[in-house]
Amino acid sequence: MRPIFMAAAAAGLLIGTAASAQTLRIGLQEDPDVLDPHRARTFVGRIVFTSLCDKLVEITPELKFVPQLATEWQWSGDNKTLTMKLRPGVKFHDGETMNAAAVKVNLDRARTLPDSLRKSELGSVESVDVVDDNTIAIKVSRPDATLVSQLSDRAGMIMSPKALAAPDFAQKPVCSGPYQFVERVQNDRIILDRFKDYWDAKNYNFDRLVFTPIPDTTVRLANLKAGNLDILERLAPSDVADVKADPKLVFAPVSGIGYQGLTINTSNGERAKGPLGRDKRVRQALQLAIDRDVINEVVGQGIFPPATQPFPLASAFNDKKFAESKRDVAKAKALLKEAGVDRVKFELSFGNSTTTQQIAEIMQAMAAEAGFDISLRPTEFAALQKEAQAGNFDVNAIGWSGRVDPDGNIHQFVTCKGGLNDGRYCNAEVDRLLNEARSINDDEKRKALYDSAQAILQDELPIIYSYYQPWPFVVAKKVEGFKAYPDGMIRLKGVKFAS
Amino acid sequence: MLRFIARRILIAIPTIIIVSVLVFTLQQLLPGDPVLTMAGEERDPQVLAFLREKYRLDDPIPLQYFAWIGQVLQGNLGISLRTDIPVLTLILGKLPVTLELAIFAMIIALAIGIPAGVISAVRKGTAVDYAANVVALSGLSIPNFWLGILLIMLVSVRWQLLPASGFVPPSEDLWLNIKTMIMPAFVLGTGLAASLMRHTRSAMLGVLRSDYIRTARAKGLLSRVIILKHALRNALIPIITLSTLLFGELLAGAVLTEQIFTIPGFGKLVVDAVFNRDYAVVQGVVLCTAVGFIVMNLLADVLYVLVNPRLRHAQ
Amino acid sequence: MTLAIAEDVALPKKRGRILSKFLRNRGAIFGAALVLFFVLVAIAAPLLATHDPIKPSFAAIRKAPSALYWFGTDELGRDVFSRMVIGARASLLAGVVSVAIAVLLGVPFGLISGYFGGWTDAVISRSTEAMLAIPFLIFAIALAAFLGPSLTNAMIAIGLSAMPIFVRLTRGQVLTIKAEDYVEGARAIGLPNFWIILRYILPNVLPPILVQATLTVATAIIAEASLSFLGLGQQPPNPSWGSMLNTAKNFMTQAPWMSIFPGSAIFLIVLGFNLFGDGLRDALDPREN
Repeated sequence: MRPIFMAAAAAGLLIGTAASAQTLRIGLQEDPDVLDPHRARTFVGRIVFTSLCDKLVEITPELKFVPQLATEWQWSGDNKTLTMKLRPGVKFHDGETMNAAAVKVNLDRARTLPDSLRKSELGSVESVDVVDDNTIAIKVSRPDATLVSQLSDRAGMIMSPKALAAPDFAQKPVCSGPYQFVERVQNDRIILDRFKDYWDAKNYNFDRLVFTPIPDTTVRLANLKAGNLDILERLAPSDVADVKADPKLVFAPVSGIGYQGLTINTSNGERAKGPLGRDKRVRQALQLAIDRDVINEVVGQGIFPPATQPFPLASAFNDKKFAESKRDVAKAKALLKEAGVDRVKFELSFGNSTTTQQIAEIMQAMAAEAGFDISLRPTEFAALQKEAQAGNFDVNAIGWSGRVDPDGNIHQFVTCKGGLNDGRYCNAEVDRLLNEARSINDDEKRKALYDSAQAILQDELPIIYSYYQPWPFVVAKKVEGFKAYPDGMIRLKGVKFAS
Repeated sequence: MLRFIARRILIAIPTIIIVSVLVFTLQQLLPGDPVLTMAGEERDPQVLAFLREKYRLDDPIPLQYFAWIGQVLQGNLGISLRTDIPVLTLILGKLPVTLELAIFAMIIALAIGIPAGVISAVRKGTAVDYAANVVALSGLSIPNFWLGILLIMLVSVRWQLLPASGFVPPSEDLWLNIKTMIMPAFVLGTGLAASLMRHTRSAMLGVLRSDYIRTARAKGLLSRVIILKHALRNALIPIITLSTLLFGELLAGAVLTEQIFTIPGFGKLVVDAVFNRDYAVVQGVVLCTAVGFIVMNLLADVLYVLVNPRLRHAQ
Repeated sequence: MTLAIAEDVALPKKRGRILSKFLRNRGAIFGAALVLFFVLVAIAAPLLATHDPIKPSFAAIRKAPSALYWFGTDELGRDVFSRMVIGARASLLAGVVSVAIAVLLGVPFGLISGYFGGWTDAVISRSTEAMLAIPFLIFAIALAAFLGPSLTNAMIAIGLSAMPIFVRLTRGQVLTIKAEDYVEGARAIGLPNFWIILRYILPNVLPPILVQATLTVATAIIAEASLSFLGLGQQPPNPSWGSMLNTAKNFMTQAPWMSIFPGSAIFLIVLGFNLFGDGLRDALDPREN
């Protein structure tokens, strides 16, 4: 018995030292779901995909689109065909060649696989045609300004067609990213190894990546401090001061492209019939009762920038004229009086987490001063979604992880048939503006349309935004060259250990 | 004896059937929609409908139950809705982890509980007895998760002696494996040590009062010999059976401990599955745990009868 | 409250001896005192609270214990001491009510099962075993999730999950008592079953149930805390010790007082119930001297 143990221990020691030299260990907030970009839905899954699967298009920290697997792309004159040139000589992890045919297989799969979650993202695509080995033409049924941005995320990730044919693809995914899949132990770790034939291999320095899900933020940080992790995502705001004071750690936050806010049930069933759902003045009063700066300071420790619109601060579509967020209790009371109500009662549902609970409690206290009696209803996340869809809520505290294109942050939430429009807010003019905005490629014209839509939404307030979701990363001092992106992904190009 | 065992197994069958119904009903009761949960931010109605059909979620519930049970009887526990990994693979992967944790905890509990119980029985009524009793009760009274948090706070964060969480397979790094297991096993073992101590104490007291120990004493045998050789050996019988029973409880207690120390075992698997509405996993894991528990009970019963031949006739 | 029940059930002639035996047990007295202390705190909570336990105070976020805030303040600037005092109600209630549910459901089932035997017994016993086979906490988590997160529902969930213990215990007791001469006699005269159960069996079943109940209160308090710890117990902004711990775990390093005080309180009350239950057991046990 003993010799075997000793041998195992010795072997373990060897692996330990050999691996630790160039192994980057990343702490995730939860365990990712299926490792198939077309069927996956979790944010942490996208973090893993970022190293595992290259996309057609990449983004910059400034949210501009740059080449990855596609080297250049162009819309036809009628904005109905997007032609993309592909990077030549790219290999998949299984040695197969990445070419136009492979891209076609992937895009078609994303559009037609019965349980693909990318269908709506590629909803405008009519056909995908191979022009030549390195050129692909994507035809759309209507001009679609969001298509390039969709191709910069999971819908644009290209997997090996050969591997896709296997029924258990999700258990050993094969793509063409800088790291290839080695092993997954559910709830424990996902291991990726350096892909030697990667087209940009010289810019990637680690031999191995280990992703470890550690849901408890405090414990995640404790592991980083103890040297068991090198990078962690989503630090708890309460730990910010602690991290900043630690000489061995670097705090790398970035304001994200997502937001948090309150969805108000304006016309989804019986629960929409209260004063809050019926009267926009009551909603305006609620917005005025909330002090976003307090939320930022008390709960966010300064990393929850106040949000009053769906577009992130980094976005070109964000407009300063909608940024007013001062609390005004007197005005709120006046509005309530005007609406003919004295005190307004409603229930605020929210997903069960410390941060959302804290914010709900703060909102409850602040709104009480303006005349709102809020009862809090923490709900498990799984139950919250169903109730939201069924209209079984007054107000839901919700968050959106955000999309690079402005359309992804607004269209499906406030258009009459929007898939995520839980409050069933419906305004024909808003629909018209937002539909038009997604169909033109000229940024300036789009911005004008979004501004007009926002002017209406700011008045009617089907959603009250509260703050922009930050992505607070913490990295060990020895990790050099890490840059946080607003989409919250971990990109390892150029990142290395200090020698 | 064989008839007794056969009878016990026969009785266990309806129990297991009821467990399966119970597990199934319980999870049907859970609010929320597994398909909506699975789809997350992307709520394409077409996809939702497809998934519902794929997992037969629109079938009448009794039909779903029989479909599931039919598969289980063929050894197929289904596939995790969330990760696509077969439930059996998940269980086989997690079981050793929880078993290791439980065994470590059991060792700690036995190492503390039995000596403490013996000492406390021998020194009945003295300060030592009181102290041992208070310590044992404290072990029973301290909330597991609080103790866990305190330990992480002190041992890992402040003193940096042991890793705060996680799990390293022993095949990879045995020493690190042991280091990560110490705290969780201790947390899990404290409550158990307390009950073991109390049971050992009362069993020892019973034996010490019995005639043959008195006779042995009268014969002038050294008290240490009496205690260790005669009394403890007899007291151990109920303790062993109790331990088998407690082992089942350990597996259950692992739920919270694994949650705190992020140990990828059985408990964490099932809690996560409940929150993610991963039906197949919840069903599979709870069924396996329950069957394990019933088997343990059976084992304890048989063991008990084996060491107490008198009971065989009573049955 | 618990003490009063204890006196009711002890058989009249032995009452004096049992009480004196209980009173000689220092541990039991200490336990009873602890329980009594927390019960008094819970009753007098509004008088004891030095601050508003609910209203956030943004000027006093996570302040360490001081003369003003005896146990410090929490993440929203609320006084931890005041919240704990008020939270004592939720925690005690959770313990007592859920056990009451378990006893009120479990004992009748156990009586029926043990007294009538046969098919009824088989069905009840197998179901009890099945429920016991599912880990207590998992059972409670699933039930609490089904009923929706709230203190009341957590109590129901814990009560239902703890019920099988009482079914089993009662059944075992009934089987022993049923064989006693006086019960057999009563049956022979043809007294109605209902009357026999009520008059002869129930009183004799109660003492061990009482002991078990006291010990289970301890378990139930921890269970409520565990459910709150997973977000399924007492709901914000109202405090319970478990829910306070749940929040506090995120502030372990910056504000250790947020977890130390509620954690200690849970520990002490549970210890109290355990000591008390132990003492009761010893006092009621005819074999112990």
